[in-house]
Amino acid sequence: MTDAVATPGASSAFRRLLQRKLALLGLALVVIIVGAAILAPLIAPFDPFEQHFDGLSLVGEPLPPGAPYLLGTDLLGRDLFSRLLYGARTSLIIGVMANGIALIIGTVIGITAGYFQGWLGSILMRFTDLMMAFPALLLAICLAAIFQPSIWIVAFVIALVNWVQTARVIYTETSALAARDFIAAERTLGASTPRILFRHILPHLVPLIIVWGTLGISTTVLLEATLSYLGVGVQPPTPSWGNIIFENQTYFQSAPWLVFIPGFAILVLALAFNLVGDALRDVLDPTLRGSD
Amino acid sequence: MTTEAALRSEARLASEQPVVLSLRDLTVSVRTQSGLVPLINQISFDLRRGETLAIAGESGSGKSITSLAIMGLLPPPAVRITSGAIALGDQVLSALPEAEMRLVRGNRVAMIFQEPMTSLNPMMSVGAQLIEAIRAHSSLSRQEAQVEAIAALTAVRLSDPARRMRQYPHELSGGMRQRVMIAMALALKPEVLIADEPTTALDVTVQREVLELLRDLQAEQGTAILLITHDMGVVAEMADRVLIMRSGRVVETGEVRQIFATPAQSYTRELLAAVPRMGQGGVAQPRPDTAIVADLREVKVGFDIRGGVLNRVTHRVHAVEGVSFDIRAGETFSLVGESGCGKSTIARAIVGLVPHQGQISIAGQLVGTMTAAMRRQLSTAAQIVFQDPMSSLDPRMTVGDQIAEPLLIHGDQDAASRRARAAELMQKVGLTAAQLDNYPHEFSGGQRQRICIARALALTPKLLVADESVAALDVSVQARVLALLQDLKQEFGIAMLFISHDMAVVENISDRVGVMHRGQIVEMGSRAQIFANPQHPYTRRLMDAVPVPDPTHLRSTSLRPTDEIISPVHRKGTILARNTLIEVTPGHLVAVEA
Repeated sequence: MTDAVATPGASSAFRRLLQRKLALLGLALVVIIVGAAILAPLIAPFDPFEQHFDGLSLVGEPLPPGAPYLLGTDLLGRDLFSRLLYGARTSLIIGVMANGIALIIGTVIGITAGYFQGWLGSILMRFTDLMMAFPALLLAICLAAIFQPSIWIVAFVIALVNWVQTARVIYTETSALAARDFIAAERTLGASTPRILFRHILPHLVPLIIVWGTLGISTTVLLEATLSYLGVGVQPPTPSWGNIIFENQTYFQSAPWLVFIPGFAILVLALAFNLVGDALRDVLDPTLRGSD
Repeated sequence: MTTEAALRSEARLASEQPVVLSLRDLTVSVRTQSGLVPLINQISFDLRRGETLAIAGESGSGKSITSLAIMGLLPPPAVRITSGAIALGDQVLSALPEAEMRLVRGNRVAMIFQEPMTSLNPMMSVGAQLIEAIRAHSSLSRQEAQVEAIAALTAVRLSDPARRMRQYPHELSGGMRQRVMIAMALALKPEVLIADEPTTALDVTVQREVLELLRDLQAEQGTAILLITHDMGVVAEMADRVLIMRSGRVVETGEVRQIFATPAQSYTRELLAAVPRMGQGGVAQPRPDTAIVADLREVKVGFDIRGGVLNRVTHRVHAVEGVSFDIRAGETFSLVGESGCGKSTIARAIVGLVPHQGQISIAGQLVGTMTAAMRRQLSTAAQIVFQDPMSSLDPRMTVGDQIAEPLLIHGDQDAASRRARAAELMQKVGLTAAQLDNYPHEFSGGQRQRICIARALALTPKLLVADESVAALDVSVQARVLALLQDLKQEFGIAMLFISHDMAVVENISDRVGVMHRGQIVEMGSRAQIFANPQHPYTRRLMDAVPVPDPTHLRSTSLRPTDEIISPVHRKGTILARNTLIEVTPGHLVAVEA
């Protein structure tokens, strides 16, 4: 019996996380991206909003990667690298905030419906189905049109669209858990409902929440891009990884890097969170202890 | 059955039959990080035509791995045969590539599994599955295969085979499904039939029919049967020879009579001694003159089934229909019956998990619509231990926390005193305080059930409900858990409601017994009254069906077709015929069909 088993807790889980190579890679990527976003004003070689006089070729096309514009310039002659750095701020805020809110809404609704079932469960799940059937984009456009667009409102709108899948999955898992004998045993021991929900059901949902949370980051970033493209998302000239892609997609033939580089950034962000999430799920599960 | 002499000549005949399956020094290993770990070690045996060889052993003994190895179904790539050989006739199976193995499987070696529901495809009719199985191994046309399929269903004594062909698995009962599995396995007249716990999931009366059917078919077709089982009663009834396995090794092998009469190894002796037997109940004790702890009066439990456009209640499941009994302090009352008879529903109603009609009072407290405070109060009076120790503990909480949790719920705020009490309870159930910080998956099934018992005893309840609490355990473990329950009952003077399907276990543990059938009690009395003098035909049928762990035991062979599916679902508003219980001798109640 090792110490890790005798004193299970956040610190030992963190230590075990550090023992995994892939988790370390993911963690390093997350730190780099977050660091770059925070330190953007220090790192960025140019003002992300400045349209450089020499930023376009003689025929008015964006410049390919090279000096002095590290990753080239966009269609208006702005430095792509600087825009990517500032765009990381927007995308991270959207990815983490919108996703976090969506997870919370989805989990609360899923657990409530799954554990209590009955008329309450029926109403909640029918509402979820309704939201699922409703075209997400249309809903987002409506919501964004009602509120004054800002990055926080965009995050909120995306959360309101994105919680449904989480709610569905959490609902199914909770109803399966609620039927297990150990929940029945808790009830016969006189455990209160909050105790059952928080001490015995929620811990089992953590892996699921982590997986959906990390998967949701790429979806969220892309949805923000779509909204920005339609003019109801992050307002130009504020850069976000999504709207950099959409702004520049007309130059896809002649300047493919304008789409590939921000697209790759989104991919790396999603991958990094997925790696960390997977590892977190494993180290937090006591039944997998010692099997790796 | 015939005389000794005839049996001996039969045995000689059997030994002259050709060997169809033979294993030589078979070792199967699993690849782990610390190298290859053998799961079964140097297994050798011969199986002759027309013979039944039973591989008996407790869980983890490697008996199922042996059967999977023969079928070539070992889970790749981690588990594989590392040495030794399997030969079917003159073909070496262990060297066969998968493509050729597929031709052998089903055609020459067939297998039936424990769970007939999950081994049949629920989306295909029985006929379609049979025809598919037959055509996979022969060049028959669809029409010819259909004729074959009907013949196979007729052979397993299913009534109305033409109609069964069109039915889906969910429309059949468990016993009928297992017959379909047997029909499918035997349709191609395999040389070897591997039956892996074929009757474990079935009720005793159904088990009896399936065993008799297997024996009849073997006599007709001369199939060699490899019977994998943990049940020594089934071994005694079916096997010609026995192979006792333990942790991947053969402990002992021999003729069934010799193994049961003069076991050579101490493990075999222990295994046989642990098997609960009928007719071994102790002397009858008068009912204790203590307070009544549990009192049930006319308890009914039903579940509504909704249907139609308006989602109205159309039918009702009558799970429990007017059950009355009482249990005194220090007394064990058993409810026995087959699956679906309502015995577990009563257990759940008593601890307040399902709503009921009628009156249940535990230690003077009425169970019914309860406030949170009343529910907490009830939990100090009645506690339950469930059947499956795997699912009744929270896998993400240490066992120490789980045993101490009821104390925390009931207001003990001092962590040190809770832990001390948990340690004390662990020792009471035969575990150590050092194991308090382990998680449930680090314990064996029997240990987990002990933890469940410790948790149930934390609040020192007046009534302990054991709902099939030993059914999922190996016999030797089962015997120890039963002994523990008896000891605890004596020490704490609690009343116990013991729910079981196993007549032998019930006879060993109970003071009084109630026999349930279709939601009602058909016979109730002291252990002696029920087991020495069973009055109701259903009680007698249950007792006759129990496999006797004695190969010399003679039984009447009467194959009863039980194709009718008894359903407790009735149209809304149906009033069910209620049995009336008549007292034949003081305390012995027998139902008279209404």
